[in-house]
Amino acid sequence: MSVHDAGTERLTDATAGTGFRTGRPDGPDTSRGAGGGRRRRRRGGRGEQPVVPDATFTSYYGRPVVKPSPWEADIPAYLFFGGVAGGSSLLAAGADLTGRPSLRRVARIGALGAISVSFAALVHDLGRPRRFVNMLRVAKPSSPMSVGTWILTLYGPFAGVAGAAELTGNALRRGWLPQRLRPVARLLHAAGRPAGMVAAGTGPAVAAYTAVLLADTATPSWHEAYRELPFVFVGSAGAAAGGLGLLAAHGGDTGPATRLAVAGTALEMLAEQRMERSMGLTAEPLHQGTAGRLMRASKVLGVLGAAGAAVSAAVPQLGRWLRRPAGAALLASSVCTRFGVFEAGQASARDPKYTVVPQRERLERSGRATT
Amino acid sequence: MTLTTGGVPPVRAGVAAAVPDGAPVRTADPDDPARKSGWDGAPRRKGFFTDTSICIGCKACEVACKEWNGVPEDGLDLLGTSYDNTGGLGASTWRHVAFIEQPAAPARPAVDLGMPARHRGSAGPGADRTGDTAGASTGPAERTDFRWLMSSDVCKHCTHAACLDVCPTGSLFRTEFGTVVVQDDICNGCGYCVPACPYGVIERRVEEHGPKNVGIAQKCTLCYDRLEVGRTPACAQACPTASIQFGDVEELRERAAARLATLHDQGVAEARLYGDDPDDGVGGAGAFFLLLDEPEVYGFPPDPVVTTRDLPAMWRRAGVAAVTLLAGAAASFLGRRR
Repeated sequence: MSVHDAGTERLTDATAGTGFRTGRPDGPDTSRGAGGGRRRRRRGGRGEQPVVPDATFTSYYGRPVVKPSPWEADIPAYLFFGGVAGGSSLLAAGADLTGRPSLRRVARIGALGAISVSFAALVHDLGRPRRFVNMLRVAKPSSPMSVGTWILTLYGPFAGVAGAAELTGNALRRGWLPQRLRPVARLLHAAGRPAGMVAAGTGPAVAAYTAVLLADTATPSWHEAYRELPFVFVGSAGAAAGGLGLLAAHGGDTGPATRLAVAGTALEMLAEQRMERSMGLTAEPLHQGTAGRLMRASKVLGVLGAAGAAVSAAVPQLGRWLRRPAGAALLASSVCTRFGVFEAGQASARDPKYTVVPQRERLERSGRATT
Repeated sequence: MTLTTGGVPPVRAGVAAAVPDGAPVRTADPDDPARKSGWDGAPRRKGFFTDTSICIGCKACEVACKEWNGVPEDGLDLLGTSYDNTGGLGASTWRHVAFIEQPAAPARPAVDLGMPARHRGSAGPGADRTGDTAGASTGPAERTDFRWLMSSDVCKHCTHAACLDVCPTGSLFRTEFGTVVVQDDICNGCGYCVPACPYGVIERRVEEHGPKNVGIAQKCTLCYDRLEVGRTPACAQACPTASIQFGDVEELRERAAARLATLHDQGVAEARLYGDDPDDGVGGAGAFFLLLDEPEVYGFPPDPVVTTRDLPAMWRRAGVAAVTLLAGAAASFLGRRR
């Protein structure tokens, strides 16, 4: 017992023992982070931002407390394409009902393509892709990934039928299809509208649930964003779907795409600003490194795209050459938003500061802190 | 997977239950996780109490865990972090011994007088400490005494387990012992449990770790196979100082409280329990600890909360957002025809 006794004796004195303290002044990573925060406040002049506390904190050799997700580019790509698909199915249904055939065509085929890529990305990301079907052995409301899988399972076939109807419809009309396939194509054509309506009904869920997918984790910059992230994501989805319409539909049909794109961009930006205010310290990674560059690019592209779309609608002469680049900018902005939010979360998990400091503050606020 | 325990087949409620006469009756605790998961007639909840005040850093637990569970090697690196060359828990590290070298603070005034801190950094005594041995760079006369904290970390087997909540395949499940276990043959490696865990325990195994269960989420099973035949988990069995204690969680909580009281009586004021409180953010951990410093010193989150606690609010927000998108898209078709 001598080890124990000696330890106890020593411990009697060591009442303020601390471990590995990082943060200012000598922690290179965190001091850079804090500097970034200050720079941001000065440049943006956002006096309403909550003051980020002096982040002196303790960690175990600077190692992360939580683990970053093992996900790679598949998942942010999946978020983006899911948004494009969901938003496009809405545009397609509206175009179908209001007689805008070129917008309907672009949106239906776009939704089919996007949801296919999205699904492929989801499967590819798995550690054991062949076991994807195991997702379908349970339905768990407590798992956003389970819920999302079932949403996709519902949405996918209907978006698929609507897209296939569009792909075969043209060939059918022009008599390009062999005799044998014509009944199938006619059936698809008949099913196109009802299927498109179901896809439009479930599309918003496809676009919105991905925010919950990220937020329902211990990753600081995802979880703390849970209040506003769904609005950022549906805004981004609307902007992207509108962008696709602008990019590929005939000029005369693009009115709704323009309005959806402008409104989506506005919603995304407003929600993003509110989100950063409510996130406190964990908003910091959205301004740093790769995530920071992506989020800035997203804003610039979004503003340019939405402005271009609005100008195109107001001045048709300009619109002829302006609306396609505007549409492309809107799509690119949405890509940047998804990758930016994704990367910010990953960065927040890698730095113990974003786990320890907010939790320590929570303890102190609630009076549960031990020292 | 065999859902039986030595001689006593516990069953899920709803499944034709045939608990034999004389089977141990479960604790009446309504919050018992196994009971809440539908187990009927299951044994008492099992867990670990890790008393870090008597850990000697021998790493026998790490070795025993690897050996018993066939956990592959995951890198032979020198990390430069005291005697810890393991780093942290992960797919192929289910027990991890942390080593923290701290200068033992010299006798301090009993009351904080609000004086400027002695050390650079002004964050109180010890603010500028690094992982270096205290006093290593000074002459013998100036060398200070130091203390060495050691702690064996493990999966917490939370009462409200985020990994289990978010698993989309049902691969992670609650055993009859109240523990949380991955079924290797079900997991499809979606990786969702990894960022969900508030302690950073579970991880997807990668190729370099060897051929076994690559791409699948891996973590401590609390030696499910050993529990089923009434044995002690390998790490607790191997621990030479009884720093790792295995048993019924209820009893371990009492033991932990008693040990804490003893240490406080001996003047070890900084001793505190971590993870034993059923009212904490994870509903109490099945594996809890007695620590001699703040949790984050050992790499623990100071106030972990199961992320799914906010999930109803998240779904509500997402629902409103989805309706907003639907309404916005509908509205974009109104107005002047273009």
